[in-house]
Amino acid sequence: MTAALIFEQILNGLQFGLTLFLMAAGLTLVFGVMGLINLAHGSLYMVGAFCCAWITQQTGSFWLGLGGGVLGAAAAGALIEMLVIRRLYDRDHLDQVLATFALILIFSEGTRMVFGSMPLYLNIPEALSGTVALPGVEAYPIYRLFIILAALAVAVLLYLLISKTRLGMRIRAGESDREMIAALGVDIKTLYTIVFALGAAIAGLSGTLVGALRSVQVGMGEPVLILAFVVIVIGGIGSIKGALIGSILIGLVDTLGRIFLPIILKVFMENASANSIGAALSSMLIYLMMAGILAVKPKGLFNAAN
Amino acid sequence: MKKFVSAGVAALLCCTAGVAQAGVKIGMITTLSGGGSTLGIDVRDGFELALKQAGASDVELLVEDDARKPDVAKKLADKFIQKDKVDILTGIIWSNLAMAVVPAATRKGTLYISPNAGPSALAGKACHENYFNVAWQNDNLHEAMGSHATKAGYKKTFILAPNYPAGTDALKGFKRMYKGELAGELFTKLGQDDYAAEIAQIRASGADSVFFFLPGGMGISFMKQYAQSGVEVPVMGPAFSFSQDILPAIGEAALGVANSSQWGKDIESEVNARFVEGFKEAYGRLPSLYASQGYDAANLILSAMKKADVSDKDAFRAALKKADFASVRGDFKFGNNNHPIQDIYVREVVKEEGQVTNKIIGVAIKDHQDVYASNCRMN
Repeated sequence: MTAALIFEQILNGLQFGLTLFLMAAGLTLVFGVMGLINLAHGSLYMVGAFCCAWITQQTGSFWLGLGGGVLGAAAAGALIEMLVIRRLYDRDHLDQVLATFALILIFSEGTRMVFGSMPLYLNIPEALSGTVALPGVEAYPIYRLFIILAALAVAVLLYLLISKTRLGMRIRAGESDREMIAALGVDIKTLYTIVFALGAAIAGLSGTLVGALRSVQVGMGEPVLILAFVVIVIGGIGSIKGALIGSILIGLVDTLGRIFLPIILKVFMENASANSIGAALSSMLIYLMMAGILAVKPKGLFNAAN
Repeated sequence: MKKFVSAGVAALLCCTAGVAQAGVKIGMITTLSGGGSTLGIDVRDGFELALKQAGASDVELLVEDDARKPDVAKKLADKFIQKDKVDILTGIIWSNLAMAVVPAATRKGTLYISPNAGPSALAGKACHENYFNVAWQNDNLHEAMGSHATKAGYKKTFILAPNYPAGTDALKGFKRMYKGELAGELFTKLGQDDYAAEIAQIRASGADSVFFFLPGGMGISFMKQYAQSGVEVPVMGPAFSFSQDILPAIGEAALGVANSSQWGKDIESEVNARFVEGFKEAYGRLPSLYASQGYDAANLILSAMKKADVSDKDAFRAALKKADFASVRGDFKFGNNNHPIQDIYVREVVKEEGQVTNKIIGVAIKDHQDVYASNCRMN
């Protein structure tokens, strides 16, 4: 166990966390502004990945696919907002959960009808394949660095959008007082559609970026969605800053836990049981952390309502 | 529900068979929707192809989707047995579903022919005269890879699998036949799809080879990320991560990987050529090992029907146990526990005619029988 390996694993944890951030950002944005629990967020992630894989296959260009994935997810988001989600804002959370769960099933079966149940092929572009040497790490995949940079760029852009632009001002106003902003003559319907489409676009971006590294298949969004919910609960529901900190925390704890826990346990017990107990413990670790944080801060680290 | 009654040359069948047939009713419970549905679809398609090619008009096949849920599979089995009064059940892909269905069904006197799942319990103490596995016992392909690793001269293999029963069994199976040292052993989370941390450990371990069992999307993710990581150590695994249903999604990242299978589309025999060509023509894609298992399951049943009437359970069982059919994999016979004794091959992932597929490069183990057979009291 060298310092270089520990550094590399921290980098891996950071990268994993930032991919989670892309999912959690849209989720927390939609909840913060509209008060909506959107289980179908994972489906928008899947839509992005499938659009990207399909366009990349047709055109041979990953970059066109990337653009298509983001736009496709945004369009799907805007569409379901106008058709379904719009009717849910005034309902309670149970209705929202039921309706968006139905959307998951519709998206999954719809995708299967169009693309079949076999996973699609999507690989990373030639320009970003291969590895690069970093200080202390002999070879780190370029594409993973690209994901880190892309996610950080999204975080910065979101910050600028929300704190410096007119749209951002309206979003913040909508968060703190829905009725007042409507009374001031802001078209709240369009604002909500834009926010929802923005959240969907970030989910789509996440789907395309991650889809190239993982498998593009029906149901790919749900495991990520569960982690994204853990992130926003830890970070404080509705807070973009909380989502960023929460996702990096989860990424680091999960990655370092699953590698180093079995190694640490081997000091105390024999190999075989250290392996299985370590694996079992590390898969619980993020939920233990969530429980710990909620015990101290019941509303998460950065609660937007405060 | 899909009802499949194949029309065909009934007269021809009756004359070559010599035994008057009342017809056989088969209930297939398999996974046709949700995660892992490609496996069930291939088993079903292979099974139906065999019936169609045989022109078996006296077979009635009922197919139902279990959605990979044990409770659904259980309900379907009860419906098939009580309402439809099927003679034979088949089709289950997953071991946990098989454990929910098979023991109760075989105890009630229904025959069960497994085209995939082969949990160790059903091969050992809980073996049953009404249960036949026409694919493999779960450990077989992993054991074959362990034997291959030893023969290939690997001294430090890094092994990993998800932390669930089939994963721990896989690593156990590999270690049973592998004589070298382990560079490391890791259990990953079931459903995990980011392997950066594991790949970094592999690189740091100084391993000379990697064995992994990561079925479905997990394997696709691992292979894509491994190919990008710059780690040059050779990779091997059971056929489940390199079967024809997922190879197109991994693409060229899988080229050169050794994997173990009891079947390959390039096995030279008349029946295999007929299967592979027939499958391509009927469904427009290459068959996977799951399709070959479905095909063999149907042919096993057809072979028994020629020898005995299904209403005479003892005679029909004896006819099944003889396994007097031409398997697409070559030599095939049942051991005392009604599980296969067969050769297991090593295949390599290659590119042929623009498609990523498998080519057999050797035999990993000859006439291999599972280790649980000795715990089974049947003979």
